[in-house]
Amino acid sequence: MAKQRVKFTFPTELIKEPTIWRLCKQFELVTNIRRADVTEDRGWVILELEGEMGEIERGIQWVIDQGVRVDPVAGDIVEG
Amino acid sequence: MSYASHLRCRECGRRYPLEPVHVCEFCFGSLEVSYDYQALGRNISRQRIEKGPLTVWRYSDLLPADREQAVDIGAGFTPLLRAQNLAEALGLRRLYIKNDCANPTWSFKDRVVTVAATKAREFGFDTLACASTGNLANAVAAHTARAGMKALVFIPADLEQGKVVGSAVYGPTLVAVKGSYDDANRLCSELADRYPWAFVNINIRPYYAEGSKTLAYEVVEQLGWQAPDHCIVPMASGCLLTKVWKGIKELAWLGLVDWAHTRMSGAQAEGCSPIVDAWERKSLNIRPVHPNTIAKSLAIGNPADGYYALKALADSGGSAVAVSDDEVVEGIKLLAETEGIFAETAGGVVIAGLRRLVAQGRIDPNELVVAFITGAGLKTQEAVLDRLVPRLVIEPHLASFEEAIAEHREAVAAARQTNRGESHG
Repeated sequence: MAKQRVKFTFPTELIKEPTIWRLCKQFELVTNIRRADVTEDRGWVILELEGEMGEIERGIQWVIDQGVRVDPVAGDIVEG
Repeated sequence: MSYASHLRCRECGRRYPLEPVHVCEFCFGSLEVSYDYQALGRNISRQRIEKGPLTVWRYSDLLPADREQAVDIGAGFTPLLRAQNLAEALGLRRLYIKNDCANPTWSFKDRVVTVAATKAREFGFDTLACASTGNLANAVAAHTARAGMKALVFIPADLEQGKVVGSAVYGPTLVAVKGSYDDANRLCSELADRYPWAFVNINIRPYYAEGSKTLAYEVVEQLGWQAPDHCIVPMASGCLLTKVWKGIKELAWLGLVDWAHTRMSGAQAEGCSPIVDAWERKSLNIRPVHPNTIAKSLAIGNPADGYYALKALADSGGSAVAVSDDEVVEGIKLLAETEGIFAETAGGVVIAGLRRLVAQGRIDPNELVVAFITGAGLKTQEAVLDRLVPRLVIEPHLASFEEAIAEHREAVAAARQTNRGESHG
C-alpha cells in the first residue's frame, strides 16, 4: 500500500460538495485529514491518501477533474 | 561549529531530531531548524564572525551544517553598494543594493545550496536532486560537481536551450519532464518519497532554507553592524523574505545588533502574485494561481512559505506590492542605467516594486533601505532584448559618425523630455 500527502484547495462553488466523501466511495482509498481551514467561500484541506499507487493517482485525477486544485503538501517544488 | 539543536514544526511546535525530514508526522506542517541560542549567545561575537572566511560560512555558528566539511565554491559575502543615483531617481536618501549577482552561479541560490549540499553529504547521501527552471538547477549542478556527488536535475521539457547550458556544463543528469508545471511538481514530490536522494527543497528543505539568512547577516555586518530600516525582497515561495527577517531577529536576540526595527516588504510580478493578493485581501489564506509572467524565477503559483511571509510582512510593519511585466523591464533598465548592475527579472520586480512603494508613501524617504537583487541579468536576456536602444550603424568616415551621433543625441534628449513630462503629469 502506498501513501501520499496532498493539499486540496476548494473553489467557492465546491465548498458545499462532499468531495472527500465521494473520493472514498468511488475509489479504494483511505483519507486521513490532518489540517484544514474551510469557510463559506473557500477552503483547503491537508490530508493523507492511502491505497494502491494506481488508485491514488486515479483518485487524485478525479478530484482535479471536479475542479479542486491538488498540490503537494510542501507547496511548489519546481523553483526558479 | 553549528549550534543547531533540533527541528521544530512551524504549526504545532513538535520537536524532531536533526534528520532529513521536512514535514511534521502529526499535522504535516513544515519543519524549521532551531538553535541553542543560549550557548550561541555565550560564544558568538562580532570579532569571531569577522575572522571567518569571506563566504556564507563566516556565519557557520548560525547555520545547521559544519564549516569544516562545507561544500564551498565561494557563495556569499557579495557586495552591498550605496546606490546614490538610483536613490535620487526614486526619491530616497539612503538606498543600498545587495548584489547577489556576484555569487558563483550568479544567483542567491548558491547560498541555500552550499548549506543543502553540505548537510546532504553529512547525512550520507550520494545524490543531490532538484526541480528547477534556472537558478536553483545551476547552483545544484555546480555544488554537486565540487562535492563529487551525483546530481539529478529535473527541468521542464520546453525550457529554453540557453537556460539548460548553465546547468548542463557541470555534468549533472538532466531530466526533461514533459507535461505541465503542475505535472512536474507532483512527479517530483512522488520521486522524493520513493528514492534515497537529497532533494534540496523537499527532504533537505529545513537546512537548505537556512542558507538565505546569510543575506541578512551580511547586510547588517556590511552596514557596520546596523540593521536597515526597510528591506525589499522578491517573493516566490516566500521563504527568502521569512529567512531574511529571521536572520535580522537572530542578530538582535544575540546582541550583535541593537534591537532591529526593520520593516520587511515583498514584491511579486502581477502574473504570479498569490502572496500580494492575500495581503491586499487582508487574509492569511493564499489562493494558488497559475503563473503567467516574464519573471520566471518568481513563478511559484502555490508558495510553500506564503503564510509565513504574510506574517513577517505584518509583524514587521512592511508591505507587499505587485508590478506588471512592463514595469519589471523598466526596473531592470533603471538599475542598470543608474548603478551599473544588470539584474534578472526578479531584480526588475524588486526595483519596480520599490518605485511603487516610495511613490505610494509606503516607504519613507528617510529610511535606510536595502533592495535585494538575487540574480544576474545575463540569465534572462530575452526579457529586455527587444526593448534596448538600437546601436548606431555608420559608414567608416567621420562625417557619417558625426551625423549619426547628432541624430542620436537629439533622440535621447527628446525621450528625456517626454519622460519628464510623464513623471510630472
